Amino acid sequence: MTNTASPTNDPGRSPATAISARGLVKHFGDVKAVDGIDLDVPRGTIFAILGPNGAGKTTFMRMLATLSRPDSGTATVMGHDLVAEPGAVRSAIAMTGQFASLDEDLTGRENMVLLARLWGFRGRQATRRANDLLAAFNLADAAHKQVKDYSGGMRRRLDIAASLIVTPGVLFLDEPTTGLDPKARQDVWRMIRRLAGAGVTILLTTQYLDEADQLAARIAVIDHGRKIAEGTSRELKAATGSGFLNVTLVDPAQADAAVALLADALASDPHRNVEGGQVSVLANSANAANAAVGKLLAAGIELTDYSMGQPSLDDVFFALTGHPAESTDTQEGERP
Amino acid sequence: MSDIDAILNAGGANRPPSSSAASNALVFGWRAMLKFKHVPEQMFDLVMTPIMFTLLFTFVFGGALAGSTSDYLQFFLPGILVQTVVFNSVYSGMGLSTDLSKGLFDRFRSLPIWALAPFAGLMVGDILRHLIAGLIILTIGLILGYRPEAGLPGVIGAFTMLIAIGFGMGWVFIVLGLLIRTPTTVMTVGFSFLFPLVFASNIMVEPVTMPGWLRAFVEVNPVSLMTTALRGFMGGGITATEIGLALIAPVTLTLLLAPLTLWIYLRRE
Ligand SMILES: Nc1ncnc2c1ncn2[C@@H]1O[C@H](COP(=O)(O)OP(=O)(O)OP(=O)(O)O)[C@@H](O)[C@H]1O
Ligand SMILES: [Mg+2]
Repeated sequence: MTNTASPTNDPGRSPATAISARGLVKHFGDVKAVDGIDLDVPRGTIFAILGPNGAGKTTFMRMLATLSRPDSGTATVMGHDLVAEPGAVRSAIAMTGQFASLDEDLTGRENMVLLARLWGFRGRQATRRANDLLAAFNLADAAHKQVKDYSGGMRRRLDIAASLIVTPGVLFLDEPTTGLDPKARQDVWRMIRRLAGAGVTILLTTQYLDEADQLAARIAVIDHGRKIAEGTSRELKAATGSGFLNVTLVDPAQADAAVALLADALASDPHRNVEGGQVSVLANSANAANAAVGKLLAAGIELTDYSMGQPSLDDVFFALTGHPAESTDTQEGERP
Repeated sequence: MSDIDAILNAGGANRPPSSSAASNALVFGWRAMLKFKHVPEQMFDLVMTPIMFTLLFTFVFGGALAGSTSDYLQFFLPGILVQTVVFNSVYSGMGLSTDLSKGLFDRFRSLPIWALAPFAGLMVGDILRHLIAGLIILTIGLILGYRPEAGLPGVIGAFTMLIAIGFGMGWVFIVLGLLIRTPTTVMTVGFSFLFPLVFASNIMVEPVTMPGWLRAFVEVNPVSLMTTALRGFMGGGITATEIGLALIAPVTLTLLLAPLTLWIYLRRE
């Protein structure tokens, strides 16, 4: 942290800031995994880091969790400097990594008791804490089973429960719902909201645009180790400066005509769904969209429905980077 | 999931005092014991090879090498105990490599605990494994007719020495486990340097018939020194010099590799 800043001006020391990073850098040989990221996360909020495979999300989070030492830059977590006070940082955080950090051979309960003992709970107390957490995460029935027999959703829940033995100031969740089915995903989302509601600051990473949109108060978009945008979901969408007009045709056979007309009216390439009954197109203003709908009707193209939508975060990502969020540029599944 | 608020409140208000290094190490030792409970088949891997060796060497080569199978067993059994411990230390390195590849150590490393505690736990597991495997081999030896001339005190001394050997060798594989990403590679690398050490030793035969250059190696090979001490303990007539020579390797390995382990572990990304 800078020496010149007074305690009140320094976001890292401010009681309202959970995480404050300045210029964090981590390179692996030629790979600039994290290439100078600044970030301030207010306490008690959910903050999402959004980026495609290989963007540097895990590397960034591992530095904040003291698992990896920054090449340069500084950061404080709950007021403690990462490099100078790693022990204090560890006492204030918990991390649920991208890959389950559980002992597969042990039962769910044994995993929890092990961690409770490491946190300093003794004998009976450790067992009680483990049982309480297992019950709260709907795992009481599976507590005696080895983790290798758990489903993906159960593992995730156990992994998150394992991060709550002692209530952390900051909880890091690295891709908490990757690989989960929709139901399990909803469960994890609900859990994350409850934790945030109870005052835990949550920093999560995700490749899912809707996940960041659904959960996070603020979102940082990172790509190639750099932060390319930050704001609320609404701000990021507004930054693209446009919305979408979606129309649903009564007769899908008219789709070609509709596409041609909309392209002409709004000077943008429309996108149509596979069945051809729906067409969406970028519109710079509601007025322009209105005029375009008027032209469709005047040309005898009947609509069952039309709506003006905000751009999705996918569109935001495309607008910011010039490439879609899904494109990958690196190998996946690297062991950290 | 209605209890989550209560859970978080309890976890915030009743924060336990931070735990001591010794209690951390004990918790990891407990983990090693749980592994025995859940993966008992690991014992099978650990004792099958030495049992086969004992039977084959005693009955196939024993007569030719020592005049009679019973004389050979008397000579060979302390050595096979050393071989068992030396080979079995490979498993702790494989276990560590597996744990590291699964992200489990990320959780341990993000906890406010003594950094070396997980390794202390590995050592506890190792020592248990060595003791159990050693007792199984000894029992089979007794059934086949092996008799430790120095009696129970000799056997206790021998097993204490085995623990020291296992402890020293354990560090080698902890370091390999930290450095090598795939458990099977740990095994391959481990065995490719253990095989010459074990076979070019006095475990199977006395080195008198070997060519001079090989004999020179066998006589200073730490595995030979360990085997000589084991024979001294179990057969009687152990000397302080023999104990000292046998302990050179384990003590040196521990002094060098324990700090190296910590250094690699803390710098590992
Ligand atoms: N230990 C390492 N050694 C070498 N390169 C690494 C290491 N860890 C990460 N990288 C590289 O750094 C870049 C960023 O990786 P990182 O895992 O942080 O991305 P990510 O955003 O988490 O991706 P994913 O969505 O796939 O998890 C990638 O190119 C990756 O290959
Ligand atoms: Mg990642």
